[in-house]
Amino acid sequence: MRFVDEYRDGPTARRLADAIQRAATRRWTLMEVCGGQTHTILKYGLDQLLPECIELLHGPGCPVCVTSLEMIDKAHDIASRPEVIFCSYGDMLRIPGSRGDLLRLKASGSDIRILYSPLDAVRLAEEHPDRQVVFFAVGFETTAPAHAMAAWLARQRRLANFSLLVSHVMVPPALAFILQAPGNRVQAFLGPGHVCTVMGTSEYAPICARYRTPIVVTGFEPVDLLEGVLCAVRQLEKGEARVENQYARVVRDGGNAASRRLLQEVFEVCDRQWRGIGLLPKSGLRLSDEYRELDAEQRFEVEAIVPAEPRECISGQVLRGLKRPMDCAAYGSTCTPMTPLGATMVSSEGACAAYYRYGRPAAP
Amino acid sequence: MCLGVPAKVLEVRRERELLTAVVDFGGVCRSVCLEHVPETQPGEYVLVHVGFALSRIDEEEANRIFALMRELDEMDGFEKLAE
Repeated sequence: MRFVDEYRDGPTARRLADAIQRAATRRWTLMEVCGGQTHTILKYGLDQLLPECIELLHGPGCPVCVTSLEMIDKAHDIASRPEVIFCSYGDMLRIPGSRGDLLRLKASGSDIRILYSPLDAVRLAEEHPDRQVVFFAVGFETTAPAHAMAAWLARQRRLANFSLLVSHVMVPPALAFILQAPGNRVQAFLGPGHVCTVMGTSEYAPICARYRTPIVVTGFEPVDLLEGVLCAVRQLEKGEARVENQYARVVRDGGNAASRRLLQEVFEVCDRQWRGIGLLPKSGLRLSDEYRELDAEQRFEVEAIVPAEPRECISGQVLRGLKRPMDCAAYGSTCTPMTPLGATMVSSEGACAAYYRYGRPAAP
Repeated sequence: MCLGVPAKVLEVRRERELLTAVVDFGGVCRSVCLEHVPETQPGEYVLVHVGFALSRIDEEEANRIFALMRELDEMDGFEKLAE
């Protein structure tokens, strides 16, 4: 497949690893922001291919991982109602909430559907006018335009039985949070390629300047990630801190204008609770006043839920790059993808699940 | 979850109010929403995320990786000369 195979080429990857080795005169600690990038790094063993002086920390860019327990519990509440067809991306179904996960709820008879696209949920709402169709709209800026389009379309088609349970998060506030945190070790970011496809790169320049930290917008294939590391190391070695775009075949500096216009219309910025991190001001999106009637939280009057996290899980510190999966006593023993304690072990993009799946051993 | 997959646009068409395209993901074909990149033509490659094309893939930029490899080759050559 074009635009895939050439970015998975072994010799090219090894050449880049050599170039990184030559460019680095000291130890550098980088964080890849996206769970998809973490997955590629572990799958292709890039952590083992890179010279030892380069350490990669794994970032919070896994929407399934950072969706708050409270929101998972709200989803559980809404999905358990008999009039509801609850629709979600597959990854969300196994996330343990304090009332159990959605997959178990589905097994006990609730109508929960795994969909590929939010447009499929709009179609379901048309086909089932007697039922309430709710789509669990989680994700970063990459996914927001799809949810915005579903909302626009539902209004266009006057579907009174369609709503969204919105738990959108945005990347820039999370990066600022990580850089401000005491004990932060991140010296450069490999930035979120697909988030920037939508939003462009301009939001990241102030973060580079304020925290003197390079951000290299990076793709998701092995060669992309290695080139991203090379760009970041070259900047660090020269003492630079700017936004650089490794993924220019997909990312334009201004992002996608049509997507951004639609986001402006359908959503507004709000404070958002992140699992493992806490409340981050102005870090989320919710439906705007004009689209508020499509808000499932209001339509179903979900009561306030006070959830509790399992105490032994350190996923919050893993998400912030402060700890590695194997620093957790539960990793690989009481916590595995079959019996996950926390979100980073559930999602295939979570750092713990990627480590486990690709055979990184627990600490002795 | 921000998974984006390149696909080749086979056909552009309108389905009710939406501009859509039939795209080929290396053998698997499906219809995706084209509203966010409406200027796309058949034969071009797009990046698809949850049923939406979000970007047209730029060939010239994609070829930059080969230029980088040539640059690294040349650097190797200089180092060998210096040795």
